[in-house]
Amino acid sequence: MLISNLETAPGHRVVAHLGIVQGSTVRAKHAGKDILAGLKNIVGGELKAYTELMQEARAEAVARMTAEARALGANAVLNVRFVTTSITAGAAEILAYGSAVTIEPIRRLA
Amino acid sequence: MNANFWFETLNLWLLLALLLVGYGAGRWQERRHYRSIRLRELSLRHVVALNTRYVPEGVDASGAQLVSGSVVISSDYFKTFVAGFRAFFGGRFRGYETLLERARREALLRLKQEAQALGATLVIGVRFQSTTIAGSSTPSVEIMAFGTALLTAP
Repeated sequence: MLISNLETAPGHRVVAHLGIVQGSTVRAKHAGKDILAGLKNIVGGELKAYTELMQEARAEAVARMTAEARALGANAVLNVRFVTTSITAGAAEILAYGSAVTIEPIRRLA
Repeated sequence: MNANFWFETLNLWLLLALLLVGYGAGRWQERRHYRSIRLRELSLRHVVALNTRYVPEGVDASGAQLVSGSVVISSDYFKTFVAGFRAFFGGRFRGYETLLERARREALLRLKQEAQALGATLVIGVRFQSTTIAGSSTPSVEIMAFGTALLTAP
């Protein structure tokens, strides 16, 4: 499965458009990590727990989107976009969406 | 000065201590972060990230893969305190400018690292996205960079 945020797949041609596919997840870290992050707010710097949280959530959203595309019989998702919304303290919704397509490699003339 | 004086002004001392810790630790961390960013930017110079949507003319590229890099970064107590005054008088929030700049460079570096791990030296269609993380008085922001890594033939 080819996942890309381009409208085209380099070296490939789009054979069929199967429509928009999406995947999303709402995540939060447990309170202990929130307290640690609260302390980190005094000295500043990277909040690693939240970086991980967002990365895990994004991977999950992409996985769900990919599953939806596979169910449609697609072999690529193009023009992928991400949207993040914070819902409450420490919780965020992450949405990934794109266009499910089938692609085939372009044959080069030797 | 008796014990009562210290007790009654406890809030003030606490605030001063937090400001001092925030200022010292924040500054130290910022300098260390900038040093590390500069070093890694040099070592990843061969990975080219573009925000164009198409492969540059004359480049033979294939094997598109989505790559991303992200970081959640928080302001420190001192910067937030100063920003409070800034918001009243208006003008540049220098402390926040460096904070966001550093986060954005870090996100781009992580994107390039991911591309390099895949054996790619070209990333096109790079986009940045930022989200404020709710739920604390000190602003935290997530910066994400994402793009399509390509394998290029020499």
